[in-house]
Amino acid sequence: MLDDKDRIFTNIYGWEPFGLDAARKRGDWDGTADLIKKGRPWIIDEMKKSGLRGRGGAGFPTGMKWSFMPDPAKSGKPHYLVVNADESEPGTCKDRDILRYEPHKLIEGCLLAGFAMGARAAYIYVRGEFYSEASNVVRAIKEAYGAGLLGKNAAGSGWDFDVILHRGAGAYICGEETALLNSLEGKKGEPRNKPPFPAMAGLYSCPTTINNVETIAVAPTILRRGGAWFAGLGRDEKNTGTKLFCISGHVEQPCNVEEEMGIPLKELLEKHCGGVRGGWDNLLAVIPGGSSTPMLPKEMCDTVLMDFDRLREAGSGLGTAAVIVMDKSTDLIYAIARLSQFYMHESCGQCTPCREGSGWLWRTMMRMVRGNATVDEIDMLFEMTKEIEGHTICALGDAAAWPVQGLIRHFRPAMEKRIMEYRKAAA
Amino acid sequence: MPKLKINDIEIEVAPGTSILQACEQLGIEVPRFCYHDKLSVPANCRMCLVEVSPGPPKPQASCALACADNMVVKTNSEMVKKARKGVMEMMLINHPLDCPICDQGGECDLQDQAVAYGFDRSRYYESKRAKTDPDLGPLVKTVMTRCIQCTRCVRFSEEVAGTGELGYLHRGENAEIGTFIEKAVDSELSGNLIDICPVGALTNKPYAFKARPWELRKTETIDVHDAVGSNIRVDARGGEVMRILPRLHEDVNEEWIGDRSRFSCDGLKHRRLDRPWLRENGKLREAVWDEALEAVAARLRKSKLTSTAALAGDLCDVESMAALNDLMGLAGGAQMECRSDGAQFDASARCGYLFNSGIAGIEQADAILLVGTNPRHEATMVNARIRKAWLARRVKVGVIGPAVDLTYPYAHIGEGPGDLEALASGKHEFAKILEKAERPMIIVGMGAFAREDGMAVHALAREVAEKFKMVRDGWNGFNVLHTAASRVGALDIGFWTEGGVDLSAMDFVWLLGADEFDLSQIPAKAFVVYQGHHGDAGAARADVILPGAAYTEKDGLYVNTEGRPQLAKMAVHPPGQAREDWKIIRALSEYTGKVLPYNDLFQLRQRIVNEWPHLGEIDSFPRAEWNKFAGKGRILKDGFKASGGYYLANAICRASPTMKEGDAFFRRRGRAGTRHAEAAE
Repeated sequence: MLDDKDRIFTNIYGWEPFGLDAARKRGDWDGTADLIKKGRPWIIDEMKKSGLRGRGGAGFPTGMKWSFMPDPAKSGKPHYLVVNADESEPGTCKDRDILRYEPHKLIEGCLLAGFAMGARAAYIYVRGEFYSEASNVVRAIKEAYGAGLLGKNAAGSGWDFDVILHRGAGAYICGEETALLNSLEGKKGEPRNKPPFPAMAGLYSCPTTINNVETIAVAPTILRRGGAWFAGLGRDEKNTGTKLFCISGHVEQPCNVEEEMGIPLKELLEKHCGGVRGGWDNLLAVIPGGSSTPMLPKEMCDTVLMDFDRLREAGSGLGTAAVIVMDKSTDLIYAIARLSQFYMHESCGQCTPCREGSGWLWRTMMRMVRGNATVDEIDMLFEMTKEIEGHTICALGDAAAWPVQGLIRHFRPAMEKRIMEYRKAAA
Repeated sequence: MPKLKINDIEIEVAPGTSILQACEQLGIEVPRFCYHDKLSVPANCRMCLVEVSPGPPKPQASCALACADNMVVKTNSEMVKKARKGVMEMMLINHPLDCPICDQGGECDLQDQAVAYGFDRSRYYESKRAKTDPDLGPLVKTVMTRCIQCTRCVRFSEEVAGTGELGYLHRGENAEIGTFIEKAVDSELSGNLIDICPVGALTNKPYAFKARPWELRKTETIDVHDAVGSNIRVDARGGEVMRILPRLHEDVNEEWIGDRSRFSCDGLKHRRLDRPWLRENGKLREAVWDEALEAVAARLRKSKLTSTAALAGDLCDVESMAALNDLMGLAGGAQMECRSDGAQFDASARCGYLFNSGIAGIEQADAILLVGTNPRHEATMVNARIRKAWLARRVKVGVIGPAVDLTYPYAHIGEGPGDLEALASGKHEFAKILEKAERPMIIVGMGAFAREDGMAVHALAREVAEKFKMVRDGWNGFNVLHTAASRVGALDIGFWTEGGVDLSAMDFVWLLGADEFDLSQIPAKAFVVYQGHHGDAGAARADVILPGAAYTEKDGLYVNTEGRPQLAKMAVHPPGQAREDWKIIRALSEYTGKVLPYNDLFQLRQRIVNEWPHLGEIDSFPRAEWNKFAGKGRILKDGFKASGGYYLANAICRASPTMKEGDAFFRRRGRAGTRHAEAAE
């Protein structure tokens, strides 16, 4: 279990004010200028050393991502940092608490990250539904400007830096980084083709890095305490540091909690959430990383460790670390059908497989819920998910396919049973 | 130059070439729906997936991925086949099975590719999606349930047409193509939406349910509705022209044609002159050829040459004009004129009346000055090129003349020749842009010449061209934009008279398809011969009507505004007793007694090429030398006039029900009107 001294988000529950004074007491904005004065290569190097992987779901090494930005002296274009605060993955609620209770961590992170990639401005794209969260961030930005932490010679570092908050209109797809850029530019939120990657041509065709809120918010602490400290936490050099887990569903006390990477799932649920409703044996399945990751049945939950690589080995993923717990009272087929409906509703409609396939998935899933199908159709359903997966511009197609794949992989007997029951009742 | 391997074949391509283009170079077919080589690349249909290594272990969209060194591409691997099958299945699940009643049937990309790459049966048991059809006006029919959301039409209206009425509304399954506020596609290029739509969602409204593509006889020919000389294909069944489609010519019309060229073809069936007519006691009566030709010859013999004139209209081929020129020459000479709209300019040097830079040259220009022209109406393809240049490089455009919507922004310098004079003396900011430009261009339209001071404007235009060094090494930016397909050919063969023709002094007037002028100039006592194909203004005034052939009904030579000679081919025969125009003139020469020395089209063409060798260089674009030409006179104060509308510009259009409907529809709504309505909403 993570020691309190290693916690980064000390106000994640909002027990203290989020304002600048309180944030400073918690250690934010401490020696920011000194960190910047150590120079760009040092920051990127320290981030690389820390082994931090992107907290938005894909888990791409952050230091490497920052190093992809071209040399600001040579590129001849403005550079941008964009913070993805369009947190919409079902089950995920970590960025929300950072935005409302720890906004200064995020803003300080923007300055440090922005400096490291030669950006003079950061855009924070906040999900439309997060109204009061956005208000808190705006207040924090104002405080920072007032205290000279942003603007000209930000925090006395000699680096001019602006932070601008932009509210989206509440579309899941705008959390996809290139759709976010389109939305930010005032266009329809449709993902762009890659290549070119945003580091080459992003916002307004300028070099841009898009990072998740949590990724940026942990950066100042990592730089202050050193990459080695962060790398010392976790199971191995590829899965390091601490992570905010969002646990929801059938546990006694659903919560957000910062824990060490690689904590066993069972320990996470029992230590922080009061365990599964009705005891561990009442557990049916867990979706470990937000709705798009395939679910794990109880047998796997007994032993699985919560980090990027262990979960991938288990056929799922850490994603945003949004753990959705389902006990035996759950109609799993219906739960997944509901997710299918979500993806159908949120598909941007650009690519054929996702536009057409997500609706087909949902309709077939709804028949599966009633059992009004044939056993062959389970195979067809699996094939359908394979027709969508990997054939689209962005990962929403994959995200729509994976939950259904997880269901079929682990709970096919339940689906077959439902079909048999329906037939019996009909006959 | 990246080198890569596609299906084990090595190929070296220019940097920036996409994999799909490289495959095309090798002759490897890659199925696609959304990709169109004249539009931007969204890569959203996902049909062109190929396997690329190195790269992620999933297929890549070949249309959007640039070739790189050492790539290994496979277009026939198991992964690719599976991906195509999957995408095709998804494409078809919500596509209606109405091929038997779909006008796209037989020329449908979806049909063809479903056969080649799809499953042989459906596994989709849910209800299919249906969509409501937006009304896009009288030209384009919509059946949106068939739409596969490739967004080609959206990109076309945004990029090429520049009117941007169409958009991709809503998202996911509910996504559809629409106009948001119900609104017609108010573009002269709207018909091209029909061609670029890979399925039957956007089809030709007047042609709906008329024919199947495999029943049609296809003739590749040249369009005459403006002076661009767009390359077209005429599809005919029996003696009827069913529809007209564009043909690819990169230097002229690319892949597009204007709506006038496409939709006016039903005018070829209406108000046709299909037999000779004679005026007796003030009334026209049907006649036979012998009577009609005899009547003309008798009168021609009697007429004084000084009071004999021949006027060529806008749609004439070079052969008929040359024959008429010869006929009048043998008769002793008469006053010939092709500028029936009253345009005045010095036509003694070829460079003075050509679009010297070429239409494709617009793409190289970095500053364009439009004088007395509305290219959007007068030469839609030229306007599309200017827009293309603006889109690619934000070319600076200045306009002298009425301020109209040209689909791209421009600096409005003034209204009339006075403003051109002021510009020449550097009094407008645009002068600085022209001075700095490396390839400046002036485009002078007929609106600047069809006025009393036309000669003076011509001289002034030359002055401007020389002042801003528009003619320099390897670049001639002095351009005249004609509106009539016949004009440049007629000027080339000397079918014009210095100072124009004073019709009021004439006793005998031969109208070779000339309708677009004020016929009241002809004195009541004058004898008028109208040779043409439509019963329009000229025929109504005629004493003898000789029924000729429309442009789809004869082999003819046309020279476009660039000076590019192109051959039109006969697609159908002229109706009734109507004949090809040069034959009528040749026949008449037998009656006058001075027989023209050619017996077939070949000999006539030989005669033309012998005298004007450049007319034999079909589809070539020789640069005209920058010779002397100069008008004289003083410029007037009043501004250049606006063009007279798009849809009813000539006799064929005026006979066309579709064009009439288009004119009424779009004029009623009015371009300015729709803008206001939009602003109000």
